[in-house]
Amino acid sequence: MEPDADKDLGVPQAPVDDWFAPLDLTPDAFGTYVHIPFCSHRCDYCDFATWADRSHLIDDYVDACVKDIYRQRSEGLRDATSIFFGGGTPSLLSGDQLARILSAIPRTASAEITVECNPDAADAQRLDAYAQAGVNRLSFGVQSLEPRVLAALGRTHNPENVLLAVTNARAAGIKRLNLDLIYGTPGESIDDWRATLEGVIALAPEHISAYALTVEPATPFGQRVASGEEGPDDDRQADAYLLAEGLLKAAGYNWYEISNWSLAGEECRHNLVYWLGGDFATVGCAAHGHSGGRRWWNVRTPERFIERVEAGRDAISGSEEIEAGLRLEEAFSLRLRTRAGVTPSEAADSVVRDLIDGGLAKWVPSAAGAAGPRESEARRALVLTPQGRLVATDVTARLLLAGAAVR
Amino acid sequence: MTSLDRLRCLSIIAHIDHGKSTLADRFLEITGAVSAREMRAQYLDSMDIERERGITIKAQNVRLNWRDHVINLIDTPGHVDFGYEVSRSLAACEGVILLVDASQGIEAQTLANCYLALENDLTIVAALNKIDLPGAEPERVAQEIERVLGIPASELLHISAKTGQGIPELLDAVVDRIPPPTGDIDAPLQGLIFDSYYDPYRGVVSSVRVFNGSLHTGARLRYVQANATHDVEEVGVKLPVPTPVAMLGPGEVGYVISGIKDVGQARVGETVTTAIHPAEALPGYLDPKPMVFCGLYPVDGDEYLELRESLERLRLNDSSFTYEPETSGALGFGFRCGFLGLLHMEIVRERLEREYGLSLVATAPNVEYRAIMADGTIRIIDNPSAMPTSNEVQTIEEPFVGTTILTPVEFVGTIMELCQQRRGELKKMEYLSEERVEIEYDLPLGEVVMDFFDQLKSRTKGYASLDYEQRGYRASHLAKVDILLNGTAVDAFSSIVHRDRAFNYGKRMVSKLRELIPRQLFDVPIQAAVGGRVIARETVKAKRKDVLAKCYGGDITRKRKLLDRQKEGKKRMKQIGRVEVPQEAFVAALSLDD
Repeated sequence: MEPDADKDLGVPQAPVDDWFAPLDLTPDAFGTYVHIPFCSHRCDYCDFATWADRSHLIDDYVDACVKDIYRQRSEGLRDATSIFFGGGTPSLLSGDQLARILSAIPRTASAEITVECNPDAADAQRLDAYAQAGVNRLSFGVQSLEPRVLAALGRTHNPENVLLAVTNARAAGIKRLNLDLIYGTPGESIDDWRATLEGVIALAPEHISAYALTVEPATPFGQRVASGEEGPDDDRQADAYLLAEGLLKAAGYNWYEISNWSLAGEECRHNLVYWLGGDFATVGCAAHGHSGGRRWWNVRTPERFIERVEAGRDAISGSEEIEAGLRLEEAFSLRLRTRAGVTPSEAADSVVRDLIDGGLAKWVPSAAGAAGPRESEARRALVLTPQGRLVATDVTARLLLAGAAVR
Repeated sequence: MTSLDRLRCLSIIAHIDHGKSTLADRFLEITGAVSAREMRAQYLDSMDIERERGITIKAQNVRLNWRDHVINLIDTPGHVDFGYEVSRSLAACEGVILLVDASQGIEAQTLANCYLALENDLTIVAALNKIDLPGAEPERVAQEIERVLGIPASELLHISAKTGQGIPELLDAVVDRIPPPTGDIDAPLQGLIFDSYYDPYRGVVSSVRVFNGSLHTGARLRYVQANATHDVEEVGVKLPVPTPVAMLGPGEVGYVISGIKDVGQARVGETVTTAIHPAEALPGYLDPKPMVFCGLYPVDGDEYLELRESLERLRLNDSSFTYEPETSGALGFGFRCGFLGLLHMEIVRERLEREYGLSLVATAPNVEYRAIMADGTIRIIDNPSAMPTSNEVQTIEEPFVGTTILTPVEFVGTIMELCQQRRGELKKMEYLSEERVEIEYDLPLGEVVMDFFDQLKSRTKGYASLDYEQRGYRASHLAKVDILLNGTAVDAFSSIVHRDRAFNYGKRMVSKLRELIPRQLFDVPIQAAVGGRVIARETVKAKRKDVLAKCYGGDITRKRKLLDRQKEGKKRMKQIGRVEVPQEAFVAALSLDD
């Protein structure tokens, strides 16, 4: 494909890189997210909606999920092309519990069905049961293969668990695996990180996510940093990110969102629904849903969720209509985080030029669908370079303030 | 109307923090002018900024009753920037209360104002305040006052404005010692305006002291300096609630409203008389001249018109600042503004931001230079970026001031060091007592308006005090130092410094800016240059990583908040080329450490 030359912007044409394979939603794309807010132990850095002391609620919670799904079906719940069990720790569910929820959810024949698992809860029996129920993708919270780093993160598993988990998953017939990593933990050297990356690549998952450790104030880790303990260092995390990009790319993993890489065609379809502006339903407490510019979120605690559903009501705690201008800006900022890229309006030309000169973004040929006002130029998209992804928030703010998403 | 012999007109002279506003509060309370229920601290300081900063900016007046006498108390501005206003307030009085903190002793500006009072033949009633505090040293301070001002220690009153101790005695002393005003009610009207403010409903309200004749509601007044005529709508006195009266006679103090829309038409020092029987102007009128200049620009260029409107409105209330449009390559459209001094500049800026909701960039303050050009013509330069190049100019002259510094003995060395650094010339040094010294230096005003006062305070733990007066222009070896961001000179950062110090200044400015300019998407080289030659350079390295928000479980709101914060942060910065510069960087020169 020949890229569109634009002399005005002095854009040097990027070579057609295979990893710029198009990223798009199928017309029927629809996600259903199930939140499992239980953990056996809370990690020091986590500020998600999860509880480590309420496993006695699991049975009732599963009942409530099923009941809520039937209520949503009566209102016309669409067939899911992807279903995602997130948490919390969804692998606290037994095979039966998971199967009960899953079988209630309407879905297409080829739907992607993912469950997040703790490596130390991935016994063969459980994973077999999950596969039997229809699960075809697992996401393991590996975080690191360095015991010292795992301890610093307050994780309960060890590197041997990870190997066993992957083996069990493959034995159960799960064809698609994601391994989640965290980099930049205080005390993690660049060599520790390299060893983790190499170890994970050797396990040959289809998908790898690598997240920068982030200090959330309302966590034990956040409080330790606030009281003067060493926190993550931006420059070292930048080095770690660039190392990940280099090693993963060399091993055949294509980048497709700030923190996500996959083998060709193995992108997480469910995440693409979020990032490319698709619609998604939601089941469980504290979860968010979206449909055609309306967003809603459920009550935060499992108790409230169970109570509301038992009373025959929905579990929605709040919602918002996103007005047109904001929708454009959100679509723009989400897509700029992905390799789908954006087409900024002319108002932002000088910012775009600065970004390209500074090596933070580049033009790439794009099949279609880049978010942005210049539809006539949709065959070309502005995509962040690895250096640009690290400062995506700043880049996005600059572009939006310059009017890049304004039609 | 009160007969002359039962009238007293006075001001309180005091240093900041020596308790003037508290004393005024106690007077209001003890004389029954304000009931305990209505009393609030610092009653006469009506602006928020005045209360917050603990200083009086506008002159206020109040009429008090004590022992069948009427006392007109005129509260004067408490800062060197407003010296002229103080001199006009004193011109409206026959006496002053000198209020001195019994643990601190007399301060430079207080002394300057006392000398002013003595020159005007005013009677001084001296009082030592805060005698209830453990650190009070009334004997030492009394000796000092006796030595410096010749007021016998036996005449000093010992009071505590806070507890009320000695206040009735002080009021008695005022009545007994300060002479009543003189004046002829049958002579043509002569009234002195010593303060004016703009009220959005009533127009300009002026504080006035009548010397001769009478000021009636309905009279046709002539404003001598403004050369204009206005009909009196209302005459009144402040009790302190404004209360209309039929007339004000000689020796009386009150307010007058005559439909004026702009305080520039009723300036401090103006004389009012009647149109039918005009009298001569009272002496001492000055057109206040701005001494310090800076550029004011809206952070958001779209707010230019709002800024202009706000300046127009603020000037209705403060005729002593000036503004004219100017254009900066870096900052866009804005105004070059002139102020009486640094505090005045800060106050105007703060009022614009607070009362008019503007977000402003202020450039570093500078003084007005005189360039004697090669062809002998003289150019006035109030903006460093407009300084002509050295081959066009014969000489550059800068304004000097005579400064008086009062300090405890142990700080003399460090103060002299500071003054030498700032190109000062020692004029006089005198021991006021064994502990305290008066030092006089001639200094370039440009050095004083930078951070001289802050430096003086920090070097002397706050014990030294400063006063200054203008001493005209002198030729100096000056150079313009330019600052370049990302290779482009930013006019708003240019400043004029002594040639010998240009290198040092450039280096410190560049490293200060490196601290103030946050890391951003690109490397930002910062350079200082004199006449095109780069003398210092630093680089703000590009930021390599932001917070990488996760988009987990479809919760977009979390990411949106992060993005909104980033956008808000950017809106508070000024975009110069592709560099985002925080507002405080423009006044970086004010906080350079020596």
